[in-house]
Formats: sequence, structure tokens, C-alpha cells
Amino acid sequence: MFNNIQGLGNKHKVAGVTGRIEFTVINKISIMVRILLFIFWGIESNITAKGGTTIKTINTSVITEAVKKMCQDANFNLGNDVMEAFKKYYESEVSLTGKEILQILIKNAEIAREEQAPMCQDTGFAVVFVELGQDVRIEGGDFYEAINEGVRQGYTEGYLRKSIVSHPLERKNTGDNTPAVIHTKIVPGKNLRIIVAPKGGGSENMSAIKMLKPADGVEGVKKFVVDTIKAAGPNPCPPVVVGVGIGGTYEKAALLSKEALLRELGEKSKYPDIAKLEEELLEEINKTGVGPQGLGGKTTALAVHIEIYGAHIASLPVAVNLNCHAARHKEVVL
Amino acid sequence: MTQIRLTTPLTDEMVEKLRIGQQVLLNGTLYTGRDAAHKRLVDLIKQGKELPFDPKGQVIYYVGPTPAKPGKVIGSCGPTTSYRMDPYAPELYALGLKASIGKGKRSPEVIKALKQYKGVYFAAIGGAAALIAKSIKSAKVIAYPDLGAEAIHELVVEDFPVVVVNDVIGGDLYEEGIKIYAAK
Repeated sequence: MFNNIQGLGNKHKVAGVTGRIEFTVINKISIMVRILLFIFWGIESNITAKGGTTIKTINTSVITEAVKKMCQDANFNLGNDVMEAFKKYYESEVSLTGKEILQILIKNAEIAREEQAPMCQDTGFAVVFVELGQDVRIEGGDFYEAINEGVRQGYTEGYLRKSIVSHPLERKNTGDNTPAVIHTKIVPGKNLRIIVAPKGGGSENMSAIKMLKPADGVEGVKKFVVDTIKAAGPNPCPPVVVGVGIGGTYEKAALLSKEALLRELGEKSKYPDIAKLEEELLEEINKTGVGPQGLGGKTTALAVHIEIYGAHIASLPVAVNLNCHAARHKEVVL
Repeated sequence: MTQIRLTTPLTDEMVEKLRIGQQVLLNGTLYTGRDAAHKRLVDLIKQGKELPFDPKGQVIYYVGPTPAKPGKVIGSCGPTTSYRMDPYAPELYALGLKASIGKGKRSPEVIKALKQYKGVYFAAIGGAAALIAKSIKSAKVIAYPDLGAEAIHELVVEDFPVVVVNDVIGGDLYEEGIKIYAAK
């Protein structure tokens, strides 16, 4: 691109020399064009120069190392947001069994942290969210393979369970917990943000998606979410975190519901009406009676997070992605 | 709450007395098994072949532990969701299995088998895997090492905490618990 502009500039200089001799109106214009082009040229050069110097290069080995660490960190160290939620709901839980379970979960997370042992034996499918800045260049090999290598090393060296089969019907274990499920987004800037969110099978199996009619509206959405929780009962290891995706297409709604699980517990939606819906749903879910471990109580969910997207005039997709109380995710910005 | 201490193998008399909601501390031997191992066990039953262990009086724990770190008996070891074993469980209860341990609801077929063959279903606390591992004193793989975490392990446990969810008279703690706390 720079070369092209240089070429244009040379032609223009020739026109400018002619202008000084004759000084016609055309040449005045020519000078103005030259000035304008000089300014434009300058800006263009700056962008190029700036762009050239601000591209960040990241080696795949750095990515592998970061993913490896996060696989282990996420499985050993439950986030403080979840611990705080356990404590808060311990106070408000009315069932004695429920209280006891919450206490056990706090103790379990403490042991995991102290011993750097997995809090749950299901150390999950490695779900990896990537936000790749458009001014980042990856060098050193295949980007996705670098992530998978991080998962491979993280799960093997960290004594984490290998829970992935290579073929869903043949069901032979891959032995290293790969492949990861990787979601990539290109974003402005020069940062590479990686989130590792190991996802357990028990709660994933209780997740659901439904294409509602626009006429079903907010009441239809609420009913579907609460019905999903009731049907799941004890299976997803309540108290759960409920990720909801509303809008988009079939697959977009599902992805939104998973992204909703990445939010810090209790952090509200930026849309006031959706934040209100999150509150109302949490209240309704905690009235179902399912309770800790489904043995009855008021603490069925620790939080409801909703993400939304534009929808087709004909559709109201709703996806509910359940996460057990081991709501694990760690992130790094490279 | 009073806790009942039981040592395996379990007898009909021990199991018949248990009622939903009771907390039990299990001692002795447990066998692990989940999806893939159950499929193999039931295939053997169908072929009339011998099983890697005699289920009579025994307890199966639905679990796939994490690998043991050096110097440890076992890794983290919490229950998996039981309904996936529902298609296989009645045949094992028919052979004298006295209890299974997992988390989550059982099918009507399993609940019927519990009544018919005098068996119970216990729940352990899902996700309390680091804590539960502390009550496991030894572990060895006795069958299907190729299945990795899904291999059948023989565990020796001390005061392994469980709660009775389904008993021999058809009780279901999940149904009862939710009824008490659901808002009217």
C-alpha cells in the first residue's frame, strides 16, 4: 500500500513543477491537490508506520503455557465469587440438610485449594473462549493446536480426569482431554484474551434450548427457564448457575447462554429490563423447592445471568445452559 | 441427625430397615462403575458369563475419579449422575446388588427393582469430590483398565457419607424434599 502511494506522489510532483512556470488556475488546483495529498499522504504513512510498529506478536508457546495453567487453576481454585455466594446462601437457607450441604461445599472448595486437587472429579470439557485483537499476530504454529496442547499438558500434568471421547458413537477416550471446544472472536486492539471454562457433563446434560414464538414473550421465556430447572431437579448438582441466551438464531442462543456463565456471579446485565428479569427468575427458581443437591430447600440457583441478541421477526430462541456449583473459569490477557 | 454405620457386604435385613433421608456412613468395600463399565457388565450377564466381581451384597459407586497424585490413594472422587446407569441397574440388583451410590433421580424401573430385589439407592454429595476422597483408604483397578477413569475400581472406605434417597418401600427423598420447600 505504501509503495502505491509513493508512486502516486511522484506523478504529482511532476504536475507541480509545470504549475510553477505557467501558474494557471489549473495549476493552483494542482498545488492544492498536492497539499491535500501531502496531508493525506502523511496521515496514511503515519497509520502505516503506527500500524507497523503496534502489531503485537505472540508465540504459540505462550498460549500453550497460559492454557495449561488455567486448566489447573480453574479446577483447583474455585472463584471467590462462588465461595461468597455459598456463604450468603448458607445464611438464608431454611433446610437444615441444605445448610449442611452448603457447608460441605465450602469445605470441599477449601480442601481443593489447599491441596491443589480438583474440587470435582469431573474436571470438564475444556471450553475456551478467545478474544483475538485484530492487531495481534500469532507466530510459532497452529493457534488451535497451541490451545489443545495447553489442554493436553494441563490435564495430564495436573492429574485431571480425561473425560473426552474422540467419536461420540464409538466413544473411545482420547486420553488427554482434547479436543477443546474453542470459540473465537476478533476484536479491536492488540490484546489476546483467553478464558478457560472447564464444563462438567452432569449439568451440561440438563441444559436445553427452545425456539419460542414471539407471542410467548417474557412469560414464555420465564416458564421455559423454570421448567428446565424443575426437570433437571438434583441432576445438575444444585445450587446451579443459570446461563440464559435469548435471541439470535438457534446456535447463537446456545452460545450466548454459555457466555452468560462467564460473568462474575451476581454481576447484572447492562440492560435494566434484562437485569430485572434475572432477578425475577432467580427468585422464581429458588421457590421451586429443589434446593441444594435437589434434596429440598431454597437455594436452587446461586445466580441467573442472561445475554441477549437481536432476533428474527419470526423467532424467540431461548437457551438455558446450566452450570453446577463448581462454576469454574479463569482468564488471562496476553 | 443420627447416622447409621454400615459395613459391606450388605444383607437384606440391613437394607430393609433403611428409610429415605437417613444418613449412612458406609465402611468396607465399594466397587466403582459408570457408563462404559455398566455396558460391559450387562453384556456379560446377557452372555451368561462371569462378572469381574460378584454383585451379591455389594455396593456400586457411580464415579470416575481423577488420577491419583503421587503418594495419594485416589484423586477427587465424587458421584456422577445416576440416571445414565438406569438401563443397566435392574439387572445388577437382580443378581443381588444391595445398593448403588450416585446423584440425581432414578427411573421408575430402578425404583421398582429396589422394591422387588430389596435394594436401596444412596446419594453422595455431587461436587464434594475432594472431601469425599478423604474417606477412601485404598483403591485398585480390578477390571477394564482400558477405560481409564471408567475402569472398575475396588475401593475400601471408612465412614463414607451417603443419604438414603430410594428405599425398599418405594420412598423417594427427591420427591419429598422438593414438596416441603416448594412455594405454594
